Amino acid sequence: MNLVWTWLSEPSHYLGSDGILARSWQHLGYMVLTLLIAATVAIPLGLWIGHTGRGRIVVVNAVNGMRSLPTLGLLFIAVLLMGPRIPGDLAFLAPSIFVLVVLAVPPILAGTYSGVDEVDPAARDAARGMGMTSWQVLFGVELPGALPLIFSGLRSAALQVVATATIAATVSIGGLGRFLIDGLAVRDYGQMAGGALLVGVLALLLDGAFSLVQRLSVSPGLSAPEASSRNNQDSTATITT
Amino acid sequence: MTWFTGHVDEVFGLARTHLVLSMVPLLFGLLIALPLGWMARRVPRLYGPLIAGSGLLYTIPSLALFILMPLVLGTQILDPINVIVAMTIYTIALMVRTVADGLAAVPDHVTQAATSMGIGRWRRFFTVELPLAVPVIAAGLRVAAVSNVSIVSVAAIIGVAQLGSLFTDGFNRAFVDPIVVGVIACLVLAVAVDAAILLVVRLLTPWQRGGAAA
Amino acid sequence: MRTRRLAVTLTALVTLIGLSACGGSSDPMADSSGGGSADSGNIIVGSANFPENQLLAELYAGALEAKGVSVTKQLNISSRETYLGALKDGSIDLIPEYTGNLARYYDPEADVSSTEAALASLKRVVPDGLTVLEPAPAEDKDSVVVTQATAEKYSLTSIGDLASHASQMILGGPPEWKQRIDGVPGLKRVYGLEFASFKPLDAAGALTVQALDNGQVDAANLFSTNPEIAAKGFVVLDDPKGLFGSQNIIPLINKDKATATVTETLNAVDATLDTKTLTDLVAKVVIDNQDADAVAAEYLSSKSLK
Repeated sequence: MNLVWTWLSEPSHYLGSDGILARSWQHLGYMVLTLLIAATVAIPLGLWIGHTGRGRIVVVNAVNGMRSLPTLGLLFIAVLLMGPRIPGDLAFLAPSIFVLVVLAVPPILAGTYSGVDEVDPAARDAARGMGMTSWQVLFGVELPGALPLIFSGLRSAALQVVATATIAATVSIGGLGRFLIDGLAVRDYGQMAGGALLVGVLALLLDGAFSLVQRLSVSPGLSAPEASSRNNQDSTATITT
Repeated sequence: MTWFTGHVDEVFGLARTHLVLSMVPLLFGLLIALPLGWMARRVPRLYGPLIAGSGLLYTIPSLALFILMPLVLGTQILDPINVIVAMTIYTIALMVRTVADGLAAVPDHVTQAATSMGIGRWRRFFTVELPLAVPVIAAGLRVAAVSNVSIVSVAAIIGVAQLGSLFTDGFNRAFVDPIVVGVIACLVLAVAVDAAILLVVRLLTPWQRGGAAA
Repeated sequence: MRTRRLAVTLTALVTLIGLSACGGSSDPMADSSGGGSADSGNIIVGSANFPENQLLAELYAGALEAKGVSVTKQLNISSRETYLGALKDGSIDLIPEYTGNLARYYDPEADVSSTEAALASLKRVVPDGLTVLEPAPAEDKDSVVVTQATAEKYSLTSIGDLASHASQMILGGPPEWKQRIDGVPGLKRVYGLEFASFKPLDAAGALTVQALDNGQVDAANLFSTNPEIAAKGFVVLDDPKGLFGSQNIIPLINKDKATATVTETLNAVDATLDTKTLTDLVAKVVIDNQDADAVAAEYLSSKSLK
């Protein structure tokens, strides 16, 4: 514990291009970039599956398969195959982000289609009965109804990405993982444990931010369910469906 | 694939260690998560701290956990125990909430009926609540199992041999074949473990068979 | 009914656990467990996380096995900072090392300017409980390497030539180089070089080669035996001020395990290894993608060491 404290309380460790502040910022950047790409892929796909009911079995199985892909192996393959074809620093960044996207898609996708699934069929029927088109049902009823679970999906994806982005430091990527890999290379326990602690703090802050956004953005009509059902929702987003 | 055919024994050996390093912690983790989840369910005041605390464990980067274990446990640097304990911690992180949720999903009228039949608290837990919570717990256990199989491979970075060693070995030589074989082996292992858990669940929940699912 | 269900359940659980331990009468952990409990007859051979060191470890292990010594392999253990810890706590007993770097790990001021000086320094600083045997003629040094194009552009032949360009160049190397006495601080101390930035890569392996080849870094640390240097036409910059010192291959071993047989066997292996031989062997692993253990076995047979 002392080692960690010594490392964390050294002001010079915070500043500069390889300081704690810059590394945290990079780490957050990787996470945001990953989530943006993953959400762009997973949310429309999830809505489509939930809305049409098509391709469900294929996607569910594919998602489960993706979950069991070992990130480290995938990362190494991506760097070896993509790296030589990409110029500049992107050669390490692109494979890393790709692998993190693979990690982030399953929870977002699962959250989205189970969210659409859980929309009250009565509400859907009522909307159709009112003469809404398929698109109007999707964006007016199903999407808002699915939001809580989409957020849960994003939230668990974000937390997984924050923890896993550390591994990308093995392929020369920045972020907080640097403290772990560089610390390991010189057996500096303070640096390693300090880095791990920072990842935990970042995850905590992120989790807090997500629950705040979740509370503010979800339609008041839908945020009513009591605590226990919300917990169930969270877990549906992370469990294998 | 010619690489694989020349290294079948090696891959199987690594897969066996991989399985042990990911499944032994799954069992330990479940055994520890059961009482914790039960407590979270029984004592509302503990629910928040227990769920948040165990969830927090999952955000510790695996690499850090593997490296720091010898410091915490006083074990040797390359001792597989470090990996087993770290993976057990991850399993607990995932399972405490699942167990609590699973127990919460047992309908009140069922527990009340059991109580009114004069079944004591402990017997009720083991014969009524726990069996009924099995489907939810198992769903969580499958996630934990698959996640364990994936995370264990990171231990190759600290020199504990398992399928992840194929990743570091291939990467050191810019040789993709062993890495691809390692990834596929992990996938196969995950599917096998998943199927095994499903089988156990089927045997544990005979009332769910024949379409009369709860 | 109930007992039957219980029996079925138990059977299923046993199957699951059985699956975990499938296919082996032997303890699945045995081959990876460090075990301070290891009897003195068994030698745990370790290696660093780069192919040449793994190959050397395989050579040592193969030769010892041929002499009837019981050997366990525990390869690919991170960097020196880590595997020396493993040697100290008994997780491993033997590892191939490099005279100059090892000496300077224990004493940053150690004189490693020649093979003899490095060996003398090393023998002086090796900690209690450990010992080194005879060094091989083969050397594997750290080196600063640039691409052919960069070398021509700035007309570079020695590390010192980088002086007026370093501030616009990115240096790549293993993460530990950032702090090592012969890494970034050494380049500054000895040659006055201050690079624009340092990019942590891998242990002078594939990632470093790729980064240099691809232009992510302008200069990189590679080991002098790396066959990719010739394959890619990289230029190794001279080290006239001897920053990297002499780096002969040498076995570092737990004193209790260095019996007469072990010592003789390892010295016999080292005696056959010169730099050219070692480089060729490494090429078989890194370029031809052969297995280190197979390459080692073939070599040992060819030298009648097996």
